[in-house]
Amino acid sequence: MEREGRIINLMEPGHTGCAGCGQAIAARLVIRAAGSNVIVANATGCLEVYTTTYPRSAWEVPWIHSLFENPAAVASGIEACLKAMGRYDGIKVIAQAGDGGTADIGIGCLSGMFERRHDILYVCYDNEGYMNTGYQRSSLTPFGARTTTSPSGALSWGNVTRKKNMPLIAVAHGVPYVATATPAEPRDLMRKVQKALQIEGPKYLHILVPCVPGWGYESEETLELARLAVETGLFPVFEIEKGVITKIRKPKERKPVEAYLRPQKRFAHLFQPGNEHLIVEMQQIADENLAIESGPAVLYGTGGVAKELENEEEEIPPKAGSGG
Amino acid sequence: MISMLEGSKAVAEAVRLCRPNLVCAYPITPQTHIVEELSRMVADGRLHAGYVLAESEFGAASIVLGGSAVGGRTYTATSSQGLLLMTEVMFNIAGLRLPVVMTCANRAVSAPINIWNDQQDAVSIRDSGWIQLFVEDNQEAIDTHIQAFKIAEQSMIPVMVCMDGYVLTHTLEPVEVPEQEKVDNFLPPYNPSYRLDPNDPFTMGSMVGPDAYMETRYNMHNDMMDARLLIERVARDYEAEFGRWHGGLVETYDMEGADLVLVSMGSLLGTMRDATDELRREGLKVGLLKIRCFRPFPINAVHDAIKDIEVVGVIEKDISLGLEGTLCSEMRSAFCGEESPDISSFVMGLGGRDITVDEIKQVARDLANNPSCRVEFRGLNEELIRGDEH
Amino acid sequence: MPRFVARRVAPGSSLKNLTEAWRGKHPVFKQDQCIGCQRCFMGCPEGTIYQLGKKRFDVNLDYCKGCGICANECPVDDIEMVLEAGCEEPVASGGGKGSDAK
Repeated sequence: MEREGRIINLMEPGHTGCAGCGQAIAARLVIRAAGSNVIVANATGCLEVYTTTYPRSAWEVPWIHSLFENPAAVASGIEACLKAMGRYDGIKVIAQAGDGGTADIGIGCLSGMFERRHDILYVCYDNEGYMNTGYQRSSLTPFGARTTTSPSGALSWGNVTRKKNMPLIAVAHGVPYVATATPAEPRDLMRKVQKALQIEGPKYLHILVPCVPGWGYESEETLELARLAVETGLFPVFEIEKGVITKIRKPKERKPVEAYLRPQKRFAHLFQPGNEHLIVEMQQIADENLAIESGPAVLYGTGGVAKELENEEEEIPPKAGSGG
Repeated sequence: MISMLEGSKAVAEAVRLCRPNLVCAYPITPQTHIVEELSRMVADGRLHAGYVLAESEFGAASIVLGGSAVGGRTYTATSSQGLLLMTEVMFNIAGLRLPVVMTCANRAVSAPINIWNDQQDAVSIRDSGWIQLFVEDNQEAIDTHIQAFKIAEQSMIPVMVCMDGYVLTHTLEPVEVPEQEKVDNFLPPYNPSYRLDPNDPFTMGSMVGPDAYMETRYNMHNDMMDARLLIERVARDYEAEFGRWHGGLVETYDMEGADLVLVSMGSLLGTMRDATDELRREGLKVGLLKIRCFRPFPINAVHDAIKDIEVVGVIEKDISLGLEGTLCSEMRSAFCGEESPDISSFVMGLGGRDITVDEIKQVARDLANNPSCRVEFRGLNEELIRGDEH
Repeated sequence: MPRFVARRVAPGSSLKNLTEAWRGKHPVFKQDQCIGCQRCFMGCPEGTIYQLGKKRFDVNLDYCKGCGICANECPVDDIEMVLEAGCEEPVASGGGKGSDAK
């Protein structure tokens, strides 16, 4: 849209994202902060599909979609070739993908991009599942969440694993700037984008983006939920600069995890009798997150199943084959 | 000036002369010497290109895709498993109409794992939308790589140059490496308007629905068919500039009065020429048809070459399991609804098994005695066929 | 000559796709209490809220899908969601705020 001769949105309306889409809010903020002197490589996923269905595109910047798992590699090629051709002056290369394209199918290419130290900002829009293909489980689906491939049923209670720790994986690669953010704090998000783009080398930004149909809530609550994720501790917000955790967001008013879980259908089964221990486990995860202090980033959080189950005497629901 | 060069090094020289902006590949036997040589050239400052060390062939193909998308001239190389791994990206590059050039050092595919030469890898992705050219010797490898960049950039169709792994890549042959000035003359810099650029933003790689997908594929197909003329023309222009001709889409040998024609692709043609000469001396009138361009398949050229021949034997190093050798199937398609020669499929040399002059001569003799259409594996070890699990 | 379809798509061409028909409600910007926090403007998934002054915002209804985020986020309740003509309040889908239903 133009106002007074200037394009004001680098990601325009008219896209076909769901009403209330958290990823749309975040993606708009990212590109707003990044500016127009960019080239964006985008993975297959919700954002790609709803912004670029032929014959329309919402993007006012040069933008390419190749495949699901390769935006990090495509961006690497863009960056390396621009440098080789001497056309790199000031252009910022951004690669973006959802949690599937980042942590699962795309992790190989991402690792290569990190390891080779390309000057690229990688943004992961984490809606905690493969939402575009119908809300299936990903390795960033949180403990206890119901998805279409990790449903709760008579014999299972949803996803058995904890979120794969992508920020620490980035730190382990020596990525000089790693940050998490949510669109509930738009200025914080934009500040992190701009800060990242000032740094040379690979950068990783991990944004929690609520998904209306995938998480099951009323569309107006998107930013409220993102805020609650931070306030309960389930999604820690921090920056890690050269391996040192800085600027951790400590919520002014700490809330119990139930406040975040109740509004979402994907956690509704946790409130059934007999599932209390799952909420206890989630509270534990939140407590661990909020215990993170500034200082060198150490490995925290373990992948795996609920510790409580070791002590259960009654029938233990078998792990619902989700490869936990 | 003639040099004795290993095929891989010859290809690296050719690529260097074409001044690529970005080279990225993942090592796989038997392509390794090509990428090693290119990296040596970069390290010594003989080649000024971005050189990226990819984490896999999939990554390598994606990286050259990105480089091509910003208007760079890009190159990659692979074989066998690597080609199969990057298949998704191959289709993507072709669909995005990016003029990437690659070398496929033909190698057998797993399983069982086998690192020696056959052509199964390249033929297995013949639907991908890449132009596929098969070279007979190292000189042709040099010349065809230079032609490849020109063909790709004029048609906006990526080009794969196929050369038999080990047989050509690791064999020293006397070759002439062209001069830089002449190559610059023949191949001007690549400067497309179709590139990602903040000064001229657009979207590349939209999701296209049933309302328009067919038309994109139709255009790709049409442009591939038109490329047949382009490939021929570029080969002629190359001959005019550098004085060497290896065939356009096809090449024939000793077809005069031939009763029987043998067909093949790649390095085997060299051996077949010798076999043909000997057979002619023995009184058997055999001709040869070399398929240089496999995709787009030169149906017209093939039709014209063998329409008056009664018996044709296709010797190839691949098998479309459940049917026959792929080249044979394609040959048949040159004769739709009209009388065609009897075209038989002879599968030989899989997994790097050597093919001798005598074996080729025997194929011709067998065909002469029994021209009926058939599919045959030649040179099999009968004992092994019975199985080794006793 | 090669021919191309869908190879280059024009930037910002999504503006031709009006998504107004999606909504059952739209926001009314009262412009009475606004403190200029910009939460509505930055929180709109479409980008169809625009800034008129330090404490004045409004919505371009061509693209508003009626998600209600702006009204929900406004700290001074200066935005109100009103039903579209002919639309009724949706029946609770069971599983929204505070519901224990499956």
